[in-house]
Amino acid sequence: MTAKPTMIEFRDVQKYYGDYHALRGINASIRAGEFFSLLGPSGCGKTTLLRTIAGFEEISSGVILIDGKDASTIPANKRPTNMVFQSYAIFPHLTVEENVGFGLRRAGLDKAEMARRVGDALAMVGLTGFGKRAAHALSGGQRQRVALARALILKPKVLLLDEPLSALDKKMREQMQMELIKLQRQVGITFILVTHDQEEALVMSDRIAVMFEGRIVQLDDPETLYRRPKTRQVADFIGTMNFLPATVLSDTPEGCEVEVAGLGRCRIAADQAPPGGNGQETTVGFRPETLTILYDGQAATVRETPGTVEEVVYYGDMTYYDVKLDGVSAAVRLSMRNVPGRPVLDIGTRARVAWSPDALVLFR
Amino acid sequence: MRGGWFKVYALVYLVFLYAPIILLPMFAFNDATVIAFPLSGFSTKWFAALADDPPLHDAVRNSLIIAVTTAILSTTLAVFAARASTRYRFPGKAGLMGLIMLPLVLPEIIVAVSLLSILLMVGIELSILTVILGHVLICTPFCIAILSSAFQSLDRSLEEAAYDLGETSFSTFRLIILPLVMPGIISSLLISFTISLDEFIIAFFLAGTQATLPVYIFSQFRFPQAVPVIMALGTILVCLSVLLLSIAEFFRRRGLARSGTKDTGGFL
Repeated sequence: MTAKPTMIEFRDVQKYYGDYHALRGINASIRAGEFFSLLGPSGCGKTTLLRTIAGFEEISSGVILIDGKDASTIPANKRPTNMVFQSYAIFPHLTVEENVGFGLRRAGLDKAEMARRVGDALAMVGLTGFGKRAAHALSGGQRQRVALARALILKPKVLLLDEPLSALDKKMREQMQMELIKLQRQVGITFILVTHDQEEALVMSDRIAVMFEGRIVQLDDPETLYRRPKTRQVADFIGTMNFLPATVLSDTPEGCEVEVAGLGRCRIAADQAPPGGNGQETTVGFRPETLTILYDGQAATVRETPGTVEEVVYYGDMTYYDVKLDGVSAAVRLSMRNVPGRPVLDIGTRARVAWSPDALVLFR
Repeated sequence: MRGGWFKVYALVYLVFLYAPIILLPMFAFNDATVIAFPLSGFSTKWFAALADDPPLHDAVRNSLIIAVTTAILSTTLAVFAARASTRYRFPGKAGLMGLIMLPLVLPEIIVAVSLLSILLMVGIELSILTVILGHVLICTPFCIAILSSAFQSLDRSLEEAAYDLGETSFSTFRLIILPLVMPGIISSLLISFTISLDEFIIAFFLAGTQATLPVYIFSQFRFPQAVPVIMALGTILVCLSVLLLSIAEFFRRRGLARSGTKDTGGFL
């Protein structure tokens, strides 16, 4: 990511619906050509924020810049943005062709050019030959593609996607995720995706803004977001995270010395431990996959703590264990890949759990 | 036999409903002035008499003018009201909509008498216009009820999508909203036309000297020799109603097929 120009910029954007404060000071910039996701639980303001870019919602205060221009001066039907709606909003009384070509009505193209452009758009989403179909006779996945083609035919600078995959079944959704990523690379347009599905956001995005209650609480690339969530809330929302109480013994610019319940004393590097003073009662978090159960004859590479298996959930490729570490009241969850020679353990088995301080994140 | 009694009940019900209507053409083509069995012979003279009855022609003309004008006016008003009530939030909306829908349950005679007293007070002469006024008042709630459901089932994103693709609010209305609520508009036109056409009480009070068809028919029943003519007229009206209803249903089904929505009941 070398200094791409900014496509969308939010400057202290506020939005009120009567007394309800929907957007509470949004500051962010979205780069040209990036796949950007707004992720959060329902009611966090992510869809509202997307709609302010499209121009369907007016903001109460602040500034939105689209490609350097103040968006408040451009009405929604003149903005260089197009939207794929959650319901797809396919015009039911028109054919696929008429739907896709709808945005070109005002371009004043002749019939041949129009047909060529519509054909190109349909080919791009893999719907060649579907042009004459009635829009209502399409499956969910096909409607999705028509909506994409219709939005992309005007070659917008920004494509806005409002939970476009939420109505599809799991297989179709995963397929469309890959297709959307490829399509975005192919056309090079800035994509802004709204989703409540953390996995979808991690899979598809270059960067993700996690929103809670009208605020962006963290904006990072997927890996940073997953590895080093800034707050417990973010950690909890994205994937699974175990939390254990901890006490900070010393806080230096290089990192923190902490005493973690059940795990004992260890060092956490500075980029995984925000500064905040000594003696504090805090929380330490770690992902299930950073813990490993040691089988007979295996030795821990870094640290090892004994515990008892409390629950076993078998997923085929993986097994999830809830293990109660000695000296801790709540069980921690860990995941193990199932490979030959590693039998699935029974409930009540005593186990040795290997872990590494590198995987710990400190929350203040 | 399961449901046997229900079948009998349904049959009795249908006979009760339609037997009088079947009697209509029977006596319309009967060659006697008295409405009684046995039938005395086939004749089309009552239909011929219809053609030679200037007051009847005036009544039909008045009724058609009133019904067509009422249908157009009340449907137009209802389009605005239905759109506003389904799309926008404004203070006092529930109360306002309640007031507009009230004529639906008010006894018509009350509406007719109060309208009459006001018109007389203001000094407006009774005519076709005053009947139209009364009919628009009672038809509009029906039209709003029909059109509200048409507008309600419209996905808001459709409008936004059209706007997003560069259309103005007006062209969005014309290209997207209007075609999609068109079946509703056609039903609304037909229902209000039908209501106005056979409405009696308001027309009786407000028509003055310009009688409408129902008012004329009622007045003719005083003369026994006019009854077979009325039977002939009734026969024609029943045929027209069936035709009109079939056309309405045809358009409704075509609209459904075109937009791919599920059929949720209709006239036929």
